Amino acid sequence: MKKTLRILAIAILVTAGVTWGITGANKGWTRTSTAVKTVDAVTGIEGIEYRKQFVPGLDFLGVAIIGSAVLIGASFLSKKQPTN
Amino acid sequence: MKLNNIINAIAVVGISTLTASALAAPQTFDFKDPKSVNNAVFKLDAPLEAIQGSANGISGTVTFDPEKPAETKGKIVVATESLTVPNPMMKGHLHGDQWLDVAKNPEIVFESKELKNVKTSGDATTADITGTLTIKGVSKEITAPVKLTFLKDKLGQRVPNLKGDLLVIRSTFTVKRSDFGINPGAPKDKVADDIEITLSIAGASAK
Repeated sequence: MKKTLRILAIAILVTAGVTWGITGANKGWTRTSTAVKTVDAVTGIEGIEYRKQFVPGLDFLGVAIIGSAVLIGASFLSKKQPTN
Repeated sequence: MKLNNIINAIAVVGISTLTASALAAPQTFDFKDPKSVNNAVFKLDAPLEAIQGSANGISGTVTFDPEKPAETKGKIVVATESLTVPNPMMKGHLHGDQWLDVAKNPEIVFESKELKNVKTSGDATTADITGTLTIKGVSKEITAPVKLTFLKDKLGQRVPNLKGDLLVIRSTFTVKRSDFGINPGAPKDKVADDIEITLSIAGASAK
């Protein structure tokens, strides 16, 4: 049980870190959409379209760190399995 | 003979005046945009956080005469609910009662009063526009630089089967959120007091 919790904690931390890194290492808040600029050919106005895209931010990393810390803490509290 | 000359002179003056009036008639441009290209972008740049969002629920009308741009008058309305930022929680706060209170204040309105420092070059006119801006139920007089571009007979290129003109309005100006009661207690190092607004809109006048 201890081992499982610790492995899970590390897995969550690594997955969150890698996800954050490969999606652009956003140092702001997590975004669920991205602004895409379009240019109107007649007027020249730059329009803005929002496209759904999950971009994790520092809050996402923070939740992962807290979650991992809770699992690691739980691993210290869990009793050793009796070996017969 | 003399009477004929006088009558002819009066007729010439009369016809010239009527012709000039017909050519220089002010047109009403409608800024409701079903394609939602018209937009306003807002930016708040605080030391701890930069926030940027946009709004595309724009409507309103402007009366513009290409011969007399200084007499331009109008009202532009932004649906408060259309203001958006990429973070959903932040958007919820933005619409909430501490910030814009969308439920009680469904519209942000700018109504023009006058134009000064009007300069026209070709189809573009720049000026300083003064008017009343109303946000969250608070009205303040502001003056902002504006550029009006009159695109004659271009409506058909934007909307097939329609003939008419387009008027493009661009303006960038700054207001203080505390002037409009937008969560004045929020720390300014996290949410800047200065809001930079950039308006890019096109209105249509069908013939």
